[in-house]
Amino acid sequence: MLKTFAKGGVHPAESKYSASSVIENLPLPKTVSIPIAQHIGAPSKPVVQKGDKVKVGDIIAESAGFVSANIHSSVFGTVSKIDNVLDSTGYKKPCVIIDVEGDEWNENIEKLTDLKKEIGLTDKEIIQKINQSGIVGLGGATFPSHVKLSIPDGKKIDVLIINGVECEPYLTSDHRLMLEKSEEMLVGIQILMKALSVNRAIIGIENNKSDAIEHLSGLVKNYPGIEVQALKVKYPQGGEKQLIKALIKREVPSGGLPLDVGAVVHNVGTVFAVYEAVQKNKPLFERVVTVTGKSVKKPSNFMVRIGTPVNELIEAAGGLPEDTGKVISGGPMMGKALNALEAPVAKGTSGILILPEEMAKRKPESTCIRCAKCVSVCPQGLEPYLLNKLTQLEKNDMLEKNGVMDCIECGSCAFTCPAGLPLLDYIRLGKSRVSQIIRSRKQ
Amino acid sequence: MSTTILFTIISLSAIGAGAAIILYFVAQKFKVYEDPRIDQVEEALPAANCGGCGYPGCRGFAEALVKADDISELYCPVGGNETMAAVAKILGKEVEAKEPLVAVVRCSGSQEHRKRVNQYDGASSCAISSSLYAGETDCQYGCLGLGDCVDACDFDAIYMDEKTGLPVVIDDNCTACGACVKACPNDIIELRKKNKKDRKIFVSCVNQDKGGIARKSCKVACIGCGKCVKVCPFDAITMENFLAYIDPNKCKLCRKCVTECPTGAILEINFPPRKVKEDTKDAKSEPKEALEKSENNSSTQKNKEG
Repeated sequence: MLKTFAKGGVHPAESKYSASSVIENLPLPKTVSIPIAQHIGAPSKPVVQKGDKVKVGDIIAESAGFVSANIHSSVFGTVSKIDNVLDSTGYKKPCVIIDVEGDEWNENIEKLTDLKKEIGLTDKEIIQKINQSGIVGLGGATFPSHVKLSIPDGKKIDVLIINGVECEPYLTSDHRLMLEKSEEMLVGIQILMKALSVNRAIIGIENNKSDAIEHLSGLVKNYPGIEVQALKVKYPQGGEKQLIKALIKREVPSGGLPLDVGAVVHNVGTVFAVYEAVQKNKPLFERVVTVTGKSVKKPSNFMVRIGTPVNELIEAAGGLPEDTGKVISGGPMMGKALNALEAPVAKGTSGILILPEEMAKRKPESTCIRCAKCVSVCPQGLEPYLLNKLTQLEKNDMLEKNGVMDCIECGSCAFTCPAGLPLLDYIRLGKSRVSQIIRSRKQ
Repeated sequence: MSTTILFTIISLSAIGAGAAIILYFVAQKFKVYEDPRIDQVEEALPAANCGGCGYPGCRGFAEALVKADDISELYCPVGGNETMAAVAKILGKEVEAKEPLVAVVRCSGSQEHRKRVNQYDGASSCAISSSLYAGETDCQYGCLGLGDCVDACDFDAIYMDEKTGLPVVIDDNCTACGACVKACPNDIIELRKKNKKDRKIFVSCVNQDKGGIARKSCKVACIGCGKCVKVCPFDAITMENFLAYIDPNKCKLCRKCVTECPTGAILEINFPPRKVKEDTKDAKSEPKEALEKSENNSSTQKNKEG
């Protein structure tokens, strides 16, 4: 019996079409527009001006606080302007736009891809390096990684959990990374273990990636302290709280963080970025993005420079299929539909999913018959039908009492609802209202 | 038989009398004094419980009115000046008459003027739609058309026009409680001064994009050309972020800006038809010229910033 988390969960069709596509380097685009707010926290402050020449890896926007991150140029070229550009939501957000003129890298970055095992830096230096390199959680939440590594006094961490679950259907970027950059990733885990001074790390991988589990299980023998754990396929196992529960059977308390139960969780993509930053001095300016979908000609995994327009990725994967109904940034469960294909790839873009017309439409809404399917699938043990109703009635105090802030927005409730109700949409609205109230209370 | 009934009546009356005596003393002991004027004031209020005054319901407002030393800052938008005068009479305080307001929808981006570039199929709520993305058109500022304002209105004073997809305010029903203003996530609805015969002049646009971009996304957008600012004899119009705003307190309803606006973003409502019709040819050639002007304006503004 494979391990998994206890409460709720769903199992959507996996549809991992791009699982066997090797990661390819996407050709450089003509221009990139790099958003200055790609992470949770304060937007960065641009430090370049129109007309400046930048090399790959040069810093273009500085971190604006503790919970914030540096942003680096992903190309060699001239800054043509700093302007508001359509982002993935269709709102115009400030971006640094660079005309690409070549691929000259900053001298400090080591371009050789040989494996470097010795860790030269101390724990403090590692965290500082990660901070400088602008690394954020690449699983999609984009929380600045150095914040997660800075453990407050009085808290003790005894285990590092590496998230190789990739429970979102369709996406395969983490899967490919685990297969192709496995040694680098394991060194990356060692770096994080050193930074956190823990001597145990568990890589959690869902059982539908048996090749990755086998491959890594063979390799970890040379890396003491690291184990690989196969997990039952169940969504949303990639959620921090669910993964901790599945692997070490600890439950993060309501309103708490993983470090309250002695664990820190990092995604495999983040771990690889940490390896490159610490061992190769390479800041985060590219990431693996899956381009996939039922009618996509060539489902692929690309190594993409941040700021590349999405339509170039789609072009490289065989163009936009004729029956396209919706293009989603991220996976089908938590991703958001793109408003414009010119939107740039950001640090949190894990995949581009192209859904055909018939799959893109929502079910027609009918009424709730209190079947409680949403209650049984909620991995956080909430009552989505109730939260939905309370939001519509604007009963914010009741919402808070019923734990709306514990919702991880996984969308299992809306996925399973036989009445096709937009449960998550309303719960998210209620959550934002309640969090506003909590914030104003603190002031 | 009759004794059973008699005993029942006697014992029950005795219990009742005993309980009444206890309750009397308890009521004396735990008596809470309430200003009788609160009831009187509540009586005078319209009992709409809309929250337009900023207090929870009419009772809450009545308590606040009785408590406050100076009630000139408090105002019931539903009852208006008459109600406030009645309240002032009860409390023996003074109020100044305030100018009545009315809600105004500042977006003319109907389906005909604003092209739909994508389809939204999520929950039918403006608040949810706006938190997810910029909306079905290229204009990220305009009306989302899902009717949160209509749901918020307690007075049936606003409805969605099926043809245009925009909300319409029924002036006679509008009490200016401000519920729709709060409900609109894009801040399109504004409370403006109610003029004679419900006449209105306002910039029916909230787009803050540069002229060219605004014009591309919507035919009737304010492009920030600044012509209205120049023509206004009362300095009532200001320009900020490529968007004109007419100050209702300074505006004298002369309608000069309406004819000057090249895109028709400034609306005049409930006015009698104009006597002299201007040459239509001129009006047609204007938008392009104005657009160039607006681009110039934007560049000068940038220089100033730099």
